[in-house]
Amino acid sequence: MATLIYDGTYQGWLTAVFDIYEYKFGDVFFSKDDAPAAVLFGSTHLVKTDEVKAKRVLNGLMQRLSTDAVKSIYKTFLSEIERVEEVMWRFVKYVFAVQHNVEEDLSNNAVRDVREAAKFVHRETHRMKAFVRFKLTNDGLFYAMVEPDCNVLPLIVNHFKNRYADQRWLIYDTKRRYGIYYDLEAVNNVQLQFSEATGNSDALASILDERELFFQDMWRKYFGAVNIKARKNMRLHIQHMPKRYWKNLIEKTTGGI
Amino acid sequence: MSERAFEKLEILADAAKYDVSCASSGSKRQNKDKGLGNASNGICHAYTEDGRCVSLLKILLTNHCIFDCAYCVSRKSNDIKRAAFTVEEVVDLTISFYRRNYIEGLFLSSGIFYNADYTMERLVRIAKKLRLEENFNGYIHLKAIPGASEELLKEAGLYADRLSVNVEMPTETGLKLVAPDKSHKDVIEPMKYLKKEIIGFKEEKKIIKSTPTFAPAGQSTQMVIGATGESDMEILGMANYFYKKMSLRRVYYSGYVPISTDNRLPAIGTPVPMIRENRLYQADWLVRLYGFNVNELVGFDLPNLDLEIDPKLGWALRNLHQFPVDVNTADLALIKRIPGIGLLSAQKIISARKFKNLQPEDLQKMGVAYNRAKFFLAKSSPFALHKDYTSEQIRQQILTLQNSKYVANFSPQMALF
Ligand code: SF4
Repeated sequence: MATLIYDGTYQGWLTAVFDIYEYKFGDVFFSKDDAPAAVLFGSTHLVKTDEVKAKRVLNGLMQRLSTDAVKSIYKTFLSEIERVEEVMWRFVKYVFAVQHNVEEDLSNNAVRDVREAAKFVHRETHRMKAFVRFKLTNDGLFYAMVEPDCNVLPLIVNHFKNRYADQRWLIYDTKRRYGIYYDLEAVNNVQLQFSEATGNSDALASILDERELFFQDMWRKYFGAVNIKARKNMRLHIQHMPKRYWKNLIEKTTGGI
Repeated sequence: MSERAFEKLEILADAAKYDVSCASSGSKRQNKDKGLGNASNGICHAYTEDGRCVSLLKILLTNHCIFDCAYCVSRKSNDIKRAAFTVEEVVDLTISFYRRNYIEGLFLSSGIFYNADYTMERLVRIAKKLRLEENFNGYIHLKAIPGASEELLKEAGLYADRLSVNVEMPTETGLKLVAPDKSHKDVIEPMKYLKKEIIGFKEEKKIIKSTPTFAPAGQSTQMVIGATGESDMEILGMANYFYKKMSLRRVYYSGYVPISTDNRLPAIGTPVPMIRENRLYQADWLVRLYGFNVNELVGFDLPNLDLEIDPKLGWALRNLHQFPVDVNTADLALIKRIPGIGLLSAQKIISARKFKNLQPEDLQKMGVAYNRAKFFLAKSSPFALHKDYTSEQIRQQILTLQNSKYVANFSPQMALF
């Protein structure tokens, strides 16, 4: 058993795959370089992220798979499910083991696991497109906080860029502590420092646009008014809008900032 | 806007909520010139506590109305608070909600005030302002007011993504009973006109690229279910007519929510016929996507859908001679018709069987409801468990299975999206 230590990026993982073939490792185990070292078994191999190697692996995959299936490996990576690297590796190993395209072979566990992880990410990507709620500051920035289960920001960049081309916006993942910011030209990843003061609601109110709270209240009012009491069905409501998202959903909070 | 604004929104959203159409898809409007929004994918931004999708700001321009339809809260004789938005207010609200990612666009309907054209003209003005002054490319669904002039309908089509005229009651007799001011003709005429224009613009666009789009997401309509005595055969027959003859994109079925004490209608407190509504959506789905004919699902000998089991299972039980089906050899059209196998699973089966002869556990892994499907699968190996059950025996076994799980929630959106 060899433990491959990589930098936690997708490129790094692809490089690791290259190294597995290069050094003919048998059983492998992946570890991010910031993970506690206690889990390492057998020999260790330090992966040096290399664009060329990563590209070669990607090209190999593209020759054997549809674009969708190649994307689904990336989506699996973003799922952050347990032992995600192994899940991806089992699939990739199968892909390279045979000559024909195996992506439809749903009786195979490795194929199915990647498909399911990708689906999981896909579903949350879709939800984030729906559940981002922008608030407008007095200097014209629309900002939103999100806390998705998967690392989906990279997958929603284009959607928001195409949609809100004429407003500056920021979507910040509070769990992973980074955001995507559009400055009317391009979208970049950003890290933010929150000062003590931002936790204080007076300070927040002073940075908001004067009509912001009015529209939040209007939205809550609207959300309440369209409900048909005779058809109430909380089970379905929660199924569609899981509780873990509520704290960032204006219509599910009672007001204030 | 202030207190009065909240009140207006409450009144005019409340009155609009019984219109069930919510879809915001079917248009491919792109963001242009770095403007605001696009209407390329239907997103549900929120769900009400009754589990329905909120994707559009759905409001009435006003709930003043000169008509007196018994099933409608806005009817003239109803003693309620009245309100009206201005054109500017609707535009401001739509843009502000859209920029905050609350909605996909606007669904604007209205009570008829003054007359049809007066009302329609205002709806059109709002859409026009949104498109031309605000460079808004989000979704706009306008209600076409029955009786509005063709010039106004034409303008509406140039700015809206979808137009709809509600037929309300599936039969003329039903309609006359509860809406004496209305007739099917008032609905069919604008529909016909819009159909002609939609097709015309499309044809022209093929030749002249600069032709503007005209209601790119097409037309839809809505029927109220269970207010008057129509059978499912009449309802689905009408829907079929709309799909075939009027090229409608969608027909919506809205289980009647009793809101008035009018002895022509079910009394307040009568439960909303949600199961029936759900069955109608399932049947509609089967017709549009599974290749069923309406008369395979309902007919003179069988005017209503079975409430206990879904229409596909019902059909299969009446047609046991078409089964068992071998999923390893049958064609897609037939596999789709097996109860427990949906569109997606059917496609997965076709793809996966290239690799191996599929076993029962493979089907389970693909998301087939195997306990339901097994009664209809070929007995040839490996599917050996099929016995010669009668329809009644199968029905009972599946019902026991259904009831042992939770009793299903019935909402159109759960089944469709
Ligand atoms: S015309 Fe429309 S708004 Fe007026 S009462 Fe009839 S259904 Fe209601």
